[in-house]
Amino acid sequence: MTIQSCYHCGLEVPPDNDFALVIDGVRRAMCCPGCAAVASTIMQNGLQRFYQFRSAPSGKIYPDSIENSSDNPFADWDLDEIQQSYVSETNQGIKTLRLAIDNISCAACTWLIEKHLGKLPGVVRVAINGTTHRGELSWQPQSIHLSQILMALRQIGYDPRPINSSSNLSPSVNERRDLLLRLGVAGLAMMQTGMVAIALYAGSFQGMAPEWQTVLRLVSALFVTPVVLYSAQPFFRGAWRSIKTGHMVMDLPVALAVGLAYCASIWATFADVFSDSILLAGGGEVYFDSIAMLIFFLLLGRFAEQSIREKNLRLLDRGTLLPPVALQVFPGQSPAVAEKRVPIATLAVDDFIRVDAGRVIPCDGIIEQGRSQISEAVLSGESRPVDKQTGDSVYAGTVNGANPLLIKVTAVGEATSLSAILQLAERAAAEKPPWAMLADRLAAMFVAALLVIAALVASYWWLHEPARMLWVTLSVLVVTCPCALSLATPTALTVATTLLRRQGFLIHRGHVLEALPAINRVIFDKTGTLTEGDLKLSAIQRSEAADQRSGEISNQRLIGWAAALEQGSEHAIARAFQQQLPRGFILPAVEQQTFFTGCGVSAVIDKQQFFLGNLAWVCEQAAIPRHCVCSGVRAQQHKHCIEVALACTGLIKKDPRDEQQETGEARKSWLALFYFADQLRASALEAVEQLRQRGLKVSLLSGDRSPTAADIVAPLELRDCQFGLLPQQKLDVVRHLQTTKNNMPGEKILMVGDGINDVPVLQGADISVAMGRASDLSRIHADATLLGTDLTMLPRAIEIAAKTRRVIEQNIGWAIGYNLVALPLAAAGYVAPWAAAIGMSASSLLVLLNALRLSRQDSGDAQPLIERPYEAHYEQPVMKSSS
Amino acid sequence: MKSLYLLIPISIIFVSIALWVFFWAVKSGQYDDLDSEAERILFDQDEEPEQQGSSQNGRKDDSGELL
Repeated sequence: MTIQSCYHCGLEVPPDNDFALVIDGVRRAMCCPGCAAVASTIMQNGLQRFYQFRSAPSGKIYPDSIENSSDNPFADWDLDEIQQSYVSETNQGIKTLRLAIDNISCAACTWLIEKHLGKLPGVVRVAINGTTHRGELSWQPQSIHLSQILMALRQIGYDPRPINSSSNLSPSVNERRDLLLRLGVAGLAMMQTGMVAIALYAGSFQGMAPEWQTVLRLVSALFVTPVVLYSAQPFFRGAWRSIKTGHMVMDLPVALAVGLAYCASIWATFADVFSDSILLAGGGEVYFDSIAMLIFFLLLGRFAEQSIREKNLRLLDRGTLLPPVALQVFPGQSPAVAEKRVPIATLAVDDFIRVDAGRVIPCDGIIEQGRSQISEAVLSGESRPVDKQTGDSVYAGTVNGANPLLIKVTAVGEATSLSAILQLAERAAAEKPPWAMLADRLAAMFVAALLVIAALVASYWWLHEPARMLWVTLSVLVVTCPCALSLATPTALTVATTLLRRQGFLIHRGHVLEALPAINRVIFDKTGTLTEGDLKLSAIQRSEAADQRSGEISNQRLIGWAAALEQGSEHAIARAFQQQLPRGFILPAVEQQTFFTGCGVSAVIDKQQFFLGNLAWVCEQAAIPRHCVCSGVRAQQHKHCIEVALACTGLIKKDPRDEQQETGEARKSWLALFYFADQLRASALEAVEQLRQRGLKVSLLSGDRSPTAADIVAPLELRDCQFGLLPQQKLDVVRHLQTTKNNMPGEKILMVGDGINDVPVLQGADISVAMGRASDLSRIHADATLLGTDLTMLPRAIEIAAKTRRVIEQNIGWAIGYNLVALPLAAAGYVAPWAAAIGMSASSLLVLLNALRLSRQDSGDAQPLIERPYEAHYEQPVMKSSS
Repeated sequence: MKSLYLLIPISIIFVSIALWVFFWAVKSGQYDDLDSEAERILFDQDEEPEQQGSSQNGRKDDSGELL
């Protein structure tokens, strides 16, 4: 049987389920009810052409986000108090909101959203930006509610998140526009001066009236002046900063060259104009075209670099952690006013709030009433929920799993423990060992050498021919302009960053590629990094009773019962049961479902009472003697697993011989023991092995205190493991390794982690990598993100970084070699400006081509993670229907 | 050659206008989205024929089969 892929999201359709729809007369396979619902909404609105236009499959839709459509999840956004800080209103009563939208994958998505929302009555304007995944929405509040618009957006498969109106344009948009303007000015000026320069070069071959030469030079000066004063500002600013801080960067030689070349050219131009009144007669050369070109190419490189970095960051942007509203409770008030939805910003310490099951807790607090299981995955990376009851503390950002809780607020906003971890991270960042970039170290040497040589040349000509001293010295400085040198590094880095991005390794900070080859120790976090971070069903131990009726009671049936019992629970075990079932599996109906926090759940299915939970509790509830349940084997085999027992009353009644017993007391029997464990990622072993082969030390720092932690990672044979560490302790370990001791240089450390508890140590390490599923905060603070789950990407990234380093070294070698050859010629006064310009361009081009070589290497064997579906699902040409 | 005295100022004026338009376009956000604007025109191209009737759909299917 061939594997079908979902027409909507492109994922594989499970073999025994299909939610096919007929689109344009053709039957299209759908992988799940969610995708089917979205596709049918798109169809009903006559927007089916979306499927022809799009160039990438749409995001996966999770059925639960569609199914509960009766209860509008965006209802909170209709409240005035909430809208206050998000929505602006015009005099005509039209409201405007800015949105971030998840799941936009290609340009057709923006078309679909604009068409679909535009049809709603009361929607005035929709404008979606496909690059930034943001949009602006205007509507008339008297004809439509905001929640209805947001819901309509969700029905076609996009998740909207309103953006606070107080944060104006994001800084990145302004930065981008600013850079684009500077680039545009430099580009236009480059073309103009280039044109004029051809005339000037022709003139120097064929002869040209001095009058026209002066005019053309003045025109060039006019065009280049804004380039130097406006476009080149970032380089001058960078140079000034580097002088102030004493830390040399490549901007300094660039600024020096541009400044000197400009001044010399201006001088040469005006020396001609006022040739009789100035001590230096004409004869100097102008370099206007070279200046404009140099600045244009440098800015172009910066623009490309910034675009890639922004794209990387946008792939990760998932918005805020905390919900916008909380349910505030006023004890002692009459029931009518006892509860009110309020924005979390208005909550204060000592207020009371209620948090329902499945909701995010918006602030730190103490449980006043209730008992529940709380998932602190966001703080610890540990997916197993923690039992909490009256008097225990809960933290902002964690999720209430089971029962409603009444919570007394102890800290809000900046004071929460979430913020405290962030502050620790900021401190760690400030103390992070600086990584001296190769180009910057060279820049320091280069500037020094340049000034010494210029001084030597100047003094030589001063002694022998004082009249030519200034011009020769200037031409030395211009010829040695670090054009190729300053392009050598960024071109290679940009190409390598793009290459890695295609394979699912996103780099956010510049030093990563240069620092990667120098790493000598890799430290992993455990949960969610080396392991999958989720509980998985690893084994089922069936009871004898179940085995006897194996025809009737299949493993799937057992899991089906268990999943039905756990229905509605957010518990990790409930999810693990769900995952085991084929999509679309119809759960048996449950009645009288009761959760017993910390113990398990009981319910009636098909008139039989079922119990699911920890073994002791199930035995007690079902009155089964403990020794009846086989346990000898399990302790050995599954000692790092969580054990869940399933029992029922009166299931084995169909056997006619049991009829008699049945009349007396319902027969009780245990059915199965399920074992759950967090599992090593499939790629972990190979990745660790490859890292070792590269001569790297591999160690593990885990916050997990449980005795099972060591068992799970045992197959990796890590010698250096520490468990039960607090965020601060993890940071201390890394610091200790980094410090120089006994004249041995400190180690360079690559840290891989995912939880918020890893954020400080991620900041402290020389390079930090966050897993793609990691919490937002750790991804923001990491230097790079590993999308997907393939840990072998790490050694591969180190490999590519090493190659990149070699290319950078070649580039720099060439650039310096070129300068060394050109220098003596210029010092002797033989280099004409056109020769200098051609040499400069040619050597820059060579550097660029050498960098592009990187992208051709090993693009075959590695699986590109992001781009691949785009190509595979490229739809037939859009023009088809008009042909 | 004297014509250059006229042509050069004209070219400077044109460049200034181009620069002004460029600044206006960037500042009004027209360059913020470089990906989807280019394709937008293709989406709405055959709006009218689409609504004429179902005969179009038959041809659509053909294009679908090629996937």
